[in-house]
Amino acid sequence: MRELSLNVMDIAQNSLSAGASLTQILVTENLDLDRLTIEIVDDGKGMTADQVAHVIDPFYTTRTTRKVGLGVPLFKMEAEMTGGSFSIDSTPGVGTRVTACFVPSSVDMIPLGDINSTVCLLIQCNPDRDFLFRRQLGGASFTLDTRELRQVLGEEVPLDAPDVTQWIGDYLSEQTQLLFGGATS
Amino acid sequence: MKSLAELQAIRDKARNQINIREEKSDAIRVLVGMATCGIAAGARPVLNSFVDEVAKRGLKNVTITQTGCIGICQYEPVVEVILPNQEKVTYVKMTAEKAVRVVNDHLVNGNVVTEFTIGANS
Repeated sequence: MRELSLNVMDIAQNSLSAGASLTQILVTENLDLDRLTIEIVDDGKGMTADQVAHVIDPFYTTRTTRKVGLGVPLFKMEAEMTGGSFSIDSTPGVGTRVTACFVPSSVDMIPLGDINSTVCLLIQCNPDRDFLFRRQLGGASFTLDTRELRQVLGEEVPLDAPDVTQWIGDYLSEQTQLLFGGATS
Repeated sequence: MKSLAELQAIRDKARNQINIREEKSDAIRVLVGMATCGIAAGARPVLNSFVDEVAKRGLKNVTITQTGCIGICQYEPVVEVILPNQEKVTYVKMTAEKAVRVVNDHLVNGNVVTEFTIGANS
């Protein structure tokens, strides 16, 4: 993958197929500690300890179309390549938390990329699910919670209405610019 | 600054035109393959491009969704277009630019862009 944000999109897909009603995407950067942490937390059906042990194996998948599942192993490799770490905590019936920790200064670091675009598309394509996206830089952060948007929009306006999608995109890029002082996005 | 008040305005505006989506008989479905293979091959800009172009043209009868891997990873990004009462058309090795053409030619005017289909690329 060329961008970590694409991995996020891929991993979030697993949460959605696990029936998650709320999927949280938490991106935390700490420049002093040289760490970037990506967490994907869902309230889906969860996995047994045995499944968790298997899911990092590229030749394990619950899918029946083919014998390989590369999403999770790729993400794990990309984190460990930088000297970071990777873990999955899961409880059947409760949900799953995927945590990938990166060392941004490493030469093997893959850029985070357009994470806002990932979040926008996830919301746009799954208007019946809820997402919480939080981006944190040091002590500052911003959050987008579709449950809040839903409250304002009411029942008759879906989250995938073009005007709403546009608003979400604009909101995210504005907040990102504020967080990074306009230097990067 | 984007505010929730702005979102309220969107809601009020949408309330006035809510009936447009009700007509389901002419519904067009666009499915973009977004499994690991599709994403790695560049499905996100393709999906983005479809969403933007459909919004720009104000096409109310088009639903764009993501789908999993359909098993032809070497042809990703793969996009399936389903028009009512017609056979499904499968576009392969898509790009953001090709997506714009598919919206204009196929979704709007009903002409399949044959050169992008799997039949012309396999």
